[in-house]
Amino acid sequence: MTQTAMTTTDRYVAQFEAVAGNGAAAAPAWLKSLRSNAITQFAALGFPTTKQEQWRFTSVRDIAEKAFRPAETVPQVDLTALEPYLIGDMARLVFVNGRFAAPLSSVNDIPDGVVFSSLTDALANHNDIVEAHLGKHVPADYNAFAALNTAFALDGAFVYVPKDVTVENGLHVIYVTSFEEDGALTTPRNLIVVESGARADVIESYVGLSDRNSLTAAVSEVVVGDNAQVECYRIQRESENAYHVANTWSTQGRDSNYAFHTVPLGSRLTRHDIRMVMNGEGGQGILNGLYVTHGQQHVDHNTILEHATPHCESHEYFNGILDDHSRSVFNGRIIVRPGAQKTDSKQTNNNLLLSENARADSQPQLEIYADDVKCTHGATLGPMDQNSLFYLQSRGLNADDARNMLTYGFGIEILDRMKVPVVRDYLDGLIRSRLAQYRPKQAAS
Amino acid sequence: MIEIRNLHASVEGAQILRGIDLTVNAGEIHAIMGPNGSGKSTLAQVIAGHPAYEVTEGSITFEGQDVLEMEPDERSVAGIFLAFQYPVSIRGITNAYFLRSAVNSIRKAKGEEELDTLDFLDILEDKLRTIGWDDSLMNRPVNDGFSGGEKKRNEILQLAVIDPKLAILDETDSGLDIDALRVVSDTVNKLRRPDNATIIVTHYQRLLNYIEPDHVHVLSAGRIVKSGGKELALELEARGYDWLKEESAQVVGSTG
Repeated sequence: MTQTAMTTTDRYVAQFEAVAGNGAAAAPAWLKSLRSNAITQFAALGFPTTKQEQWRFTSVRDIAEKAFRPAETVPQVDLTALEPYLIGDMARLVFVNGRFAAPLSSVNDIPDGVVFSSLTDALANHNDIVEAHLGKHVPADYNAFAALNTAFALDGAFVYVPKDVTVENGLHVIYVTSFEEDGALTTPRNLIVVESGARADVIESYVGLSDRNSLTAAVSEVVVGDNAQVECYRIQRESENAYHVANTWSTQGRDSNYAFHTVPLGSRLTRHDIRMVMNGEGGQGILNGLYVTHGQQHVDHNTILEHATPHCESHEYFNGILDDHSRSVFNGRIIVRPGAQKTDSKQTNNNLLLSENARADSQPQLEIYADDVKCTHGATLGPMDQNSLFYLQSRGLNADDARNMLTYGFGIEILDRMKVPVVRDYLDGLIRSRLAQYRPKQAAS
Repeated sequence: MIEIRNLHASVEGAQILRGIDLTVNAGEIHAIMGPNGSGKSTLAQVIAGHPAYEVTEGSITFEGQDVLEMEPDERSVAGIFLAFQYPVSIRGITNAYFLRSAVNSIRKAKGEEELDTLDFLDILEDKLRTIGWDDSLMNRPVNDGFSGGEKKRNEILQLAVIDPKLAILDETDSGLDIDALRVVSDTVNKLRRPDNATIIVTHYQRLLNYIEPDHVHVLSAGRIVKSGGKELALELEARGYDWLKEESAQVVGSTG
């Protein structure tokens, strides 16, 4: 470790001491110990460097050197400022700079027994469920950012759906950041527990209202019970001066159906570690992502599909549309544990490069410890296919329209796997308006 | 309708077409046959405007317009349609959306009003009924995961919906089983009118059992070496192409 890295780690530890001695005193003992263990683990881990295989293409040196401070001020945010980010009339929890904003939230029409609240409220009212799961699925020592989140997490969303209950409408969690100065850290923490036979759709939105340089270190833990059906969505539109590092881990039971859809459009740097653990026979998982990048954006997905039990299916699809000098990294691991026979796992990563300066790195990894399995992976990258363009033009579309249709198709292919129509349509609008920005540049090239 | 004069074309520096002359009038069906590598598909792609091919000499005139000056989409708007030998798959875009975009692009370019979804679906259903197909391919992404036969059928469906003046079928019959071949040829026959024309590019005589051409041309080494009526196709089926290669070699030799 270099001297600089030690110093920054120390600075975060010092901040932790201040926070722990300050506001976090009300936390239950188990949580205090989880946090103090996490800061110890963080100090031991240090920030990752590009010498580590899993971080080879993504440098976080900037983050390490800048020593972000937990956000302290909470500005006034009006509901009108949030309107572009609301989806349909879903129930919502809104957090501003990491703190729960009750006046902006709306949790009407929630079925009996379902809990959709801030984690702070959940600690007061449902401590047993929170204690049973928080920190159990994303180990704090997985990486420095998981540890940072666990140590500093002030609040976040708690979703609990009891056995056999169906939540018809989506549950929307919105994290808004708005800073007057550079250097703020927020640590959103989500816990989603859907018991056996239950159904729910949960949407996480990350929204940046200011242009400041900031760091979001988010963690979500998703527990899908036997025979449960869960769709989770994640829409990230933070400032293009922000760093966004996230860990989303799920574990799913027998015969369950879980889909995780992620659409990162914002932030200067996005690093997202996603681990889906198939932990009961007959489970089905879908991991479905679309990144659309431009400027200097860098987006890195480090994903693991882990089959711990036999007869499970997992399908992973990531498409990327990259313009300007932007860059993507995709690292997709499939792990099949001993005895997880009849595993069926498929992974694809397709990248469309709209600029000669854009770059995509894609790396599949298979770790298979069972002998009767079907695992496939494939990756593509390249500029727009000239034969495809000619095909569309020969059907009457002009060159611009043909390019736009091919680009849009790359995105819509991912959106079409989303089962909640209102979210799919909302994202369709977002992707269309994002791609419309690329129009003049494409026409000029 | 279309006049091709002394057409020379090359791809990546290799000369493929070496002086094609061909006139197709409204109401006619022409078959272009020839061995592999003779330039049949190149001719089809050059008429449609594939950017990989460079026209080095000659002209193509379609209803008085200089085709070689037109972008591929302008050729489509003018009424030229190519059914691809190897149709391309388009991620994420459904057949229905693609077809509506195609029809509306052409309408817009002609200054006609664009069709809304419902109007288009009426037209589409009407076309599907006319050619006796269901809508099972409509909500799948264009050619994505289609079988070879489905891709060819899809080309013919586009032909039916776009309803061009000049249709060029580039080896649409290749790889089709007899039932699919019948479906394709029935559709082409139903679309035949005195005011449109068809060029069928094929390696095999088989398709011509179902679609009767007015003229048959044999292409060899980038030139039309023989033209005749439909009986020429039968002769080719019986004798193969080798005798024509010899004949054309003599022609080339004698003209110096």
